[in-house]
Amino acid sequence: MRVEAIILLFLGVFFGIVGIVYWFWSYEDAGTAMLVGTSALGFLPGSYYMFWHRRMGHRVEDRTDASIAEGAGDINSFPGSSIWPFVLGMGAFLTLLSLVFGIWLILPGISLILSAAIGVTAESRRGGHV
Amino acid sequence: MTDVTDVTDVLAPPAPGTGLDELPDLHRSPDAAGHGPQDGHAGHGHDEHGPTGILKWLTSTDHKVIGMSYMITSIVMFYFAGIMALFIRLQLSSPHSSLLTFGQYNELFTMHGSLMLYLFAGPFAFGGLANYVVPLQIGAPDMAFPRLNALSYWLYLTGSITMMMGFGVAGGAASFGWVAYAPLSSATSSPGIGGDVWIMALVLTGFSAIFTGVNLVATIFYLRAPGMTMFRMPIFTWNMLVTGILILIAFPVLTSGLIMLFCDRHFGTHIFTVGGCHLVTGAVTQTCGSPLLWQNLFWFFGHPEVYILALPFFGIVTEVLPVFSRKPVFGYKGMVFATMAIAALSTGVWAHHMFTTGAVLLPFFSFLSLLIAVPTGIKFFNWIGTMWHGQLIFTTPMLFSIGFLLAFLMGGVTGIMLASPPIDFATHDTYFVVAHFHQVLVGTAVFAGFAGFYYWYPKMFGRLLNDTLGKWHFWLLFVGFWVTFMPQYVVGLKGMPRRVASYPSNLGWQSYNVVSTIGAFIIAFSFGIMLWNLWAAWRKPVPAGDNPWDAHTLEWFTTSPPPHHNYTHLPPIRSERPTWDYNHPDSVAVPHGLAAEAAHRARQKEPVA
Amino acid sequence: MVGTALLLAGCKVPNFGEYPGATTQGKTENHLWQLFFIAGLVVGGFVLLLILWAVFRYRRKSEEMPKQTQYHTLMEITYTVVPILIVVGLFVFTVLAENNVDATPPDPGATITVHAFQWGWEFEYPGGPGSGCANPGSPTANQNDCVKVIGQTTQNPTMVIPTGTEVQINLNSLDVLHGFYVPQFNFSRYASPGYTTSFDFNALHTGDFRGQCTQLCGLYHSLMFFNVKAVTQSKFATWLHAQQALVKSHPSSVPKLPSGVSTGSSTNSSSNNQGGDLYGD
Repeated sequence: MRVEAIILLFLGVFFGIVGIVYWFWSYEDAGTAMLVGTSALGFLPGSYYMFWHRRMGHRVEDRTDASIAEGAGDINSFPGSSIWPFVLGMGAFLTLLSLVFGIWLILPGISLILSAAIGVTAESRRGGHV
Repeated sequence: MTDVTDVTDVLAPPAPGTGLDELPDLHRSPDAAGHGPQDGHAGHGHDEHGPTGILKWLTSTDHKVIGMSYMITSIVMFYFAGIMALFIRLQLSSPHSSLLTFGQYNELFTMHGSLMLYLFAGPFAFGGLANYVVPLQIGAPDMAFPRLNALSYWLYLTGSITMMMGFGVAGGAASFGWVAYAPLSSATSSPGIGGDVWIMALVLTGFSAIFTGVNLVATIFYLRAPGMTMFRMPIFTWNMLVTGILILIAFPVLTSGLIMLFCDRHFGTHIFTVGGCHLVTGAVTQTCGSPLLWQNLFWFFGHPEVYILALPFFGIVTEVLPVFSRKPVFGYKGMVFATMAIAALSTGVWAHHMFTTGAVLLPFFSFLSLLIAVPTGIKFFNWIGTMWHGQLIFTTPMLFSIGFLLAFLMGGVTGIMLASPPIDFATHDTYFVVAHFHQVLVGTAVFAGFAGFYYWYPKMFGRLLNDTLGKWHFWLLFVGFWVTFMPQYVVGLKGMPRRVASYPSNLGWQSYNVVSTIGAFIIAFSFGIMLWNLWAAWRKPVPAGDNPWDAHTLEWFTTSPPPHHNYTHLPPIRSERPTWDYNHPDSVAVPHGLAAEAAHRARQKEPVA
Repeated sequence: MVGTALLLAGCKVPNFGEYPGATTQGKTENHLWQLFFIAGLVVGGFVLLLILWAVFRYRRKSEEMPKQTQYHTLMEITYTVVPILIVVGLFVFTVLAENNVDATPPDPGATITVHAFQWGWEFEYPGGPGSGCANPGSPTANQNDCVKVIGQTTQNPTMVIPTGTEVQINLNSLDVLHGFYVPQFNFSRYASPGYTTSFDFNALHTGDFRGQCTQLCGLYHSLMFFNVKAVTQSKFATWLHAQQALVKSHPSSVPKLPSGVSTGSSTNSSSNNQGGDLYGD
């Protein structure tokens, strides 16, 4: 996790510096706000990863000498297939279109989004498979 | 059980094809069905028991299916946008053409740009190729969040459909250019729902891109195979990681900007339009709402977006060149740091698109823009260094990669010119800029993009594309490319502005435009040949085998196409070329470091006994 | 050194397709263009030769395995440092040229206010003695007795400027973004609603120059032309006095903006020059 954390922290430091330079050179607020936001985007996850690196040490994927066998076993739950992303996508589609073509579309849109939220939660509880 | 734990063992493993079967088969066998650990072939089981037909496609969360869906959709969008480009070129082949009305012309170039940039180049790279290739390259069974990945695709598909809906709605499609500069994109200047449809399409695809970015970063951070350290990842994966981070920086700004634009259009706000209120600060009365703010927000997205469109393609070229030079990539670490430097700098240069507003800090943006030439130059020299002293094999992907080098060289040199504000003043919004960014984007998204397509096609479908047809595609595209865009530089310097549907006939611009139109049709013809090639490969499959190119990276170790969850077993990962190390145990790369390099050169100079 | 020599001897170097520049600002830009073009030619040509050499020289000739070289640290340092030096050099010349092109010295020989609108141009000159329009474009200016030239789309309104002196242009837009572009001056600038930007022309010789809107501004963007006519200072003075007299004697002869275009939203904000404080001065 160390390299990952350093990349993100570097991002934070770099945009922090650029943001400061930019502000005191131009006093332009929109760009400064975005640069500072980008700096936070680096610091937040970067320090999170650094925290976990301190606690976990090197994982097998961080060690140059790790063998494939060391990584055997469950690593994650990968659903084989699921209809809910499609339902959620269609719900988002209709909801956004309701802002253009008529607010009535928001009814089917929101109901699709809600059913997808319920469906995907139930699916995860059952172990990630349909 | 050969449990390889040490570099020395890699140097002398058994002959290729033997010994490996004894490696632990249980590499992180995914517990997809909740049945507990399975054997290496369990992946196929899901396919047989799962849904079939269209339902299988609708419900698939396999990164390979999603990646291919992305690729097919984006290539369809590419063909649509290409046809629009042909209409644009036909219109411009005579000064006062009546082929299109001014309104239709504005719609066409807006949609051409929107489709190419938002719906082809980006999704083709980070949704299509990256989705398919990155998990394979790092030895992962899938993306980190498969269902989020599927949602990304559905948002992208519905976004694309929404974008195309624009042509069907009253008042026609959006016609304010792909940058939607306020206040032209306001409700007063661009009434009609074409603009709203355009905004919603980009909100949908924007979220799709953000989700893909999250997924890519999480996959690369968490799902690498043991031994696949960050500095052993293939450059393509590195570039996709950096692209993922750039997406997370840039796309939220676009999406929030679009929502503000929508509020301006419908809810009476004046964020990007002048008017509505007056701020009185001392003696100065300032009107609320700033068109400049839209440009700042848009280009804070837009310039990283240019590199979101470029870095994946740099990655493809960095995969293809070493394989067909039969050498490791030259300056691997330099390549990684150059990628990061490009990404970091690209986020600090947005206002070089706004030099002529007269309201930006010129030296700051011009210096950072010029500075991008340095890491890009490092990449160039590394690509050349990769070919240097190699054994170059000119397959179709290799030709496309070399075509990319030449195209991007021209686009890069003119880019340095445009990074200088006075030169930008002279050429801004003329065909010089049009030629510049087409050379950059066609160089990356088309030359390098289709290099990747030809390169990974055997892996995706288990069959080869015809190399002769592929070379015809390349050469016609290459000729058409230069014929199309070189005259545009000249006519741009003569003062022809972009986005005009007609131009004065007494200025001698027509001949350049006619040549450019001819070039566009040569390009179109070359893509007809690609369709023919795909058709031929579909009708008469030529099996590809697992590793037709004798390639370096992990994805060529598994079958073509890979099984569900990708790997039944993996080779030991001891460098950034695990498959090559396994197949060529006596040709490992010379290690890094001044001392090691000096020792290596000394060895080379020793007379052969 | 090479660059300095180029800047001095610029007139002997070809223009590489660009206009030589009919103003001092345009000429400066042209010299910078020549420098960048030659630098691009040299560096790009060098890289091109390397690529072509690699492609032709290292075609596959045998089954022999090439040396698996991956690093050459000294070489890598070289091709990092040299481009940095080139870029810093180019940046120095950029800043020098930019300061020249962007300078707006006080007391210009003429001041013209340009309003862009869909789809045409309005050029405002000061009114005659006793006129309220001494400083066109300012909030207090009496807009009714300024000298105005207005033209839409293909009517090609003409902006008359004197040669041999600084002409300050105050540019803004009455509706959407437009681009004020005179190719032969090697210069363009956005006309934006909400703020006014200022720049100078110093025309080197008399002549007629075409201008056009470069920033997409809606349906008739393609037809938004104008002309710039550079005349000697005495001719300019004669023309302006005649116009001022005409305005005074026949106020109704002052052209009007087409209906639907209003000056209300943006002319009052000329004191809000967002560009002015950003150049670090």
